[in-house]
Amino acid sequence: MDLKEKLLSSFLAFEDTVDLDNPVHEVRSKAIKNFEEKGFPTKKQEAWKYTSLNTLQKVDFSIFPKEENTLDYKDIKKYFLHEIDTYKIVFIDGVYSSYLSETTHDGVDVCLMSSAFNKPMYRQVIEAYFNKVASQDESLTSLNTAFSKEGAYIYIPKNKAPRKPIQIVHFATGNEASLMLQPRNLVIVEENAEVQIIERHQSLTENEVFTNCVTEIFAAKSARVDYYKVQNDRETASLIDNTYIDQKRSSNVSVHTFSFGGKLTRNNLNYYQDGEHIDSTLKGVTILGEKQHVDHHTLVHHQQPNCESHQDYKGIFGEKSTGVFNGKIIVDKIAQKTNAFQQNNNILISDKATINTKPQLEIFADDVKCSHGCTIGQLDADALFYLQSRGIPKKEATALLMYAFSNNVLDSVRIPELKVRINKIIANKLGVNLGFDL
Amino acid sequence: MAYTEEELKKELETKEYEYGFYTDIDSETFPKGLSEDIVIAISQKKNEPEWMTEWRLEAYRVWKEMKEPDWPNVTYKKPDFQAISYYSAPNKKPKYDSLDEVDPELLDTFKKLGISLDEQKKLAGVAVDIVMDSVSVATTFKKTLAEKGIIFCSISEAIQEHPELVRKHIGSVVPQKDNFYAALNSAVFSDGSFCYIPKGVRCPMELSTYFRINQAGTGQFERTLVIADEGSYVSYLEGCTAPSRDENQLHAAVVELIALDDAEIKYSTVQNWFPGDKEGKGGVYNFVTKRGLCEKNAKISWTQVETGSAITWKYPSCILKGDNSIGEFYSIAVTNNFQQADTGTKMIHLGKNTKSTIISKGISAGKSQNSYRGLVQVNSRAENARNFSQCDSLLMGNECGAHTFPYIEAKNKSAQIEHEATTSKIGEDQIFYCNQRGIDTEKAIALIVNGFSKEVLNKLPMEFAVEAQKLLEISLEGSVG
Repeated sequence: MDLKEKLLSSFLAFEDTVDLDNPVHEVRSKAIKNFEEKGFPTKKQEAWKYTSLNTLQKVDFSIFPKEENTLDYKDIKKYFLHEIDTYKIVFIDGVYSSYLSETTHDGVDVCLMSSAFNKPMYRQVIEAYFNKVASQDESLTSLNTAFSKEGAYIYIPKNKAPRKPIQIVHFATGNEASLMLQPRNLVIVEENAEVQIIERHQSLTENEVFTNCVTEIFAAKSARVDYYKVQNDRETASLIDNTYIDQKRSSNVSVHTFSFGGKLTRNNLNYYQDGEHIDSTLKGVTILGEKQHVDHHTLVHHQQPNCESHQDYKGIFGEKSTGVFNGKIIVDKIAQKTNAFQQNNNILISDKATINTKPQLEIFADDVKCSHGCTIGQLDADALFYLQSRGIPKKEATALLMYAFSNNVLDSVRIPELKVRINKIIANKLGVNLGFDL
Repeated sequence: MAYTEEELKKELETKEYEYGFYTDIDSETFPKGLSEDIVIAISQKKNEPEWMTEWRLEAYRVWKEMKEPDWPNVTYKKPDFQAISYYSAPNKKPKYDSLDEVDPELLDTFKKLGISLDEQKKLAGVAVDIVMDSVSVATTFKKTLAEKGIIFCSISEAIQEHPELVRKHIGSVVPQKDNFYAALNSAVFSDGSFCYIPKGVRCPMELSTYFRINQAGTGQFERTLVIADEGSYVSYLEGCTAPSRDENQLHAAVVELIALDDAEIKYSTVQNWFPGDKEGKGGVYNFVTKRGLCEKNAKISWTQVETGSAITWKYPSCILKGDNSIGEFYSIAVTNNFQQADTGTKMIHLGKNTKSTIISKGISAGKSQNSYRGLVQVNSRAENARNFSQCDSLLMGNECGAHTFPYIEAKNKSAQIEHEATTSKIGEDQIFYCNQRGIDTEKAIALIVNGFSKEVLNKLPMEFAVEAQKLLEISLEGSVG
């Protein structure tokens, strides 16, 4: 039985576990129909030209984890940003772990999707926001919507900001030979409110994990959202991360994606600007080796005048890794005075590595400044020689240059401890013992 | 005195297509529709050898199975391929030795187009192979070329007289089954140009062909094959105008360039087919496959100025197969009213130390849509491949669109690829600066557009550059944003 059929039949079993009278269920039923019709995307589709899901579909994934699992905090401490105090929403094999988490209802809501779905007090919010910005058309998003049950629910009321950043961590323990996870997150930031979120997916075993995650973010007027995605998973973990962002007037949303691992990672990052004077930032550092594959697929849709978007993605590709960047900017006819920038720089350090990039502009307004730049190259031999001539070994010199190459993106990380952590991961990835934070 | 915007708009709208006229010449036209019989009939009509007929049939069979591509960023009513007549030839087709023998009406047509044959012969030093509805009726300067061993004739003549060359090279760069329109062209191509430059010969003049679509309801399926043997050089010019018609006309041409070791081909196009009227009615559908193959140290340079056609779908490409080969693409695409253009290039780097340059300038006005679509591919064995791409778009008015779809695929670590794209409109301060110095707005726009396109215009041969500059002005007159 292939994965699609398995998922379709599992949906019937899934229906037994949820409240069918809940209006959410109507959304789910509609979504599963869309998935049934469209199936998994294939390489024949333009958006999936460079990323194949064929091998994933051959794996016999368990859709529902059979038993619950507990983890000791000391074993997994390193996966948290433990240097600072944070709220934590932790899931083990898709199941909420209250023991490891720290949620709150004090002024702001940092809790679970399952309670938001089920408690009457959240019903209005769910009706107003759930599945409103996520694509109704894209098959994998629909698949997630159909199975949406658990995930992080974050609601920041007007003029509020949580005391500390929020970490969302999904662990896979490998209790099952192969596991498919479909977390669903909803982040609502009301007028002039603020939030910082760090998200991570982490597999703890060599067993196969496939995560199909959807996050919806609503930023109301003058809201500020800072979202960091840390992707440094094992060779057996695949992730399809779909993020949909709805921005209202004068809001500011930035998403940083750090991709250092995983077998196959696909980031669908979609911004819809619905108001004037909006600022959107999309940044990413990708450093890959082995046979890893990362596909960044971004969309910024400028629907109103006087907005800005900034995109900066840096990639370093070694061994047999593959990198894909497909950035799309759409400027509607009425979105005059748009400033849209897109930059994608890549370095290939191995003969077997591949880069496919497609920075795409679709512009229907005339009074705009849109530019994109894209480069593929290698490290400057002169710069390398300069460093070596001053006694820095080649390996370290190379690492320094690569770090400098990606530094632009790190500059805008607003949590200093996270920056230090990312620096460490980069040093580790490049195989050097350098602090970088000079 | 500066025009007001209203006045300019009015003038633009009333500006009719200058070259829209229709010559009444008896033509022998096949019944409409396409079948194996028609393909065979075309082949027989042209007295082709059996291998050619077979080749056409093969293409037809492939075409039958294929579907029209729908990925380009254009929308149009799909042509009905069974409602097109696939062959038409001017009835009187003796070969003329002098211009006096030519049908006076035909000569008149050329005059209106501004191509005076004798003038060109004497002044420009250009050999013109005029294709009027698919069959070439006049070939000049053949003798001068023949002395150097250069073969420049119609492709049907080449099939008769140089079958070995044609058979070896036709379809080698653009195979029959390459794409829908290439397959269609391979099956039914009526005529076109053939050019062979022998080893080490530098072609002494610019070779040029003027294409015209004339017969009502006939598509034109040109096939061009240019072969530059080792160490040779040729500059080939192609320019087009077409009479205005209400019915959409289909043009599906195939151009194949082969540059052997150390050879260089420069291929320049000025395309000014009927773009449809201001309501977007009529106009030519231009679906062209152009591709060149570079062997060692060879160079192919495409230069195009696209101002006409309702729909343009064109990607002149270079396959950089040999080491040290060079591919260049310089393009200006101008769209106005309801025109749609999806154009760009492909640079396939296979050999070592290959270089490619892409400079594309898109100018959109009115309600038009202008897309750049390009592919730069560096194969894993293409050491030290180098590419530079620049795509700039200029938008005039707030109802047009500019799009870029650059695909960049690198499989070699020594590759160096740069891509840049910008989109902007003509700055008010730029216009103000000109106004301030006594240049009216209309002229200022022309000046700025000219400056914007200079990089590409400079690559055109002299006589073309002047014509192209004029075309740009005509196409954009009055479209001040």
